[in-house]
Amino acid sequence: MAVLDLLLLSILVLCALAAVRTRDLLGAVIIYAAYSLLMAIIWLQLGSPDVAITEAALGAGVTTILMIATISKTGRYE
Amino acid sequence: MRMQEILILKIVVRFVIPFIQVYGFYVITAGHLSPGGGFAGGTIVAASMVLYALTFDASQGLEKLSHERASLFESLGAIWYVALGLLGIMVGGNFLTNGQIGIPLGTPGYLISGGLIPLLSFGIGIKVAVTVVSLYYSLVEED
Repeated sequence: MAVLDLLLLSILVLCALAAVRTRDLLGAVIIYAAYSLLMAIIWLQLGSPDVAITEAALGAGVTTILMIATISKTGRYE
Repeated sequence: MRMQEILILKIVVRFVIPFIQVYGFYVITAGHLSPGGGFAGGTIVAASMVLYALTFDASQGLEKLSHERASLFESLGAIWYVALGLLGIMVGGNFLTNGQIGIPLGTPGYLISGGLIPLLSFGIGIKVAVTVVSLYYSLVEED
């Protein structure tokens, strides 16, 4: 399990860096959704399935939808 | 081509939404037995309603859940929680007293157990679902 944890955490850091550095805001939001999904799996690995369910529903679902709605109201490129 | 894609999307969403809502209500009602509870289940139910408003139109979704109805359900959820909490004070215990004032607790591990806790998560679930949906509507709405 340590190998899986290391893999997940390294992809998590990569996703965080990519979400900050991307110029395309829609792409950044989608990378952020992937970050949230990985974070949910990591919560499950850490032994808190309650937080994992909430993270998967809120972080990957609702936050992404709200951010995409904001992007559709404003501009896609910064 | 574009019309066909929208048709496929609409049919698939119409088929999938009941399953999402059943799962959300399962997470709410089994919140005292398994992971989940009012907040997580309410978010899943809200996600299904936002999916409806995304696929069809936001105005069509607003017909199902107008702002007046949304504020009514939000207030009902909060009042439900506070009323169940005040029940303990009325009878002579503390706020949200559960077993000590004679509420039947049921068998541990079964669906009907835990006294007030399933009723409380039901109120929280309704409030969270309606709040998230009205957040989306007030963001998308043309003004």
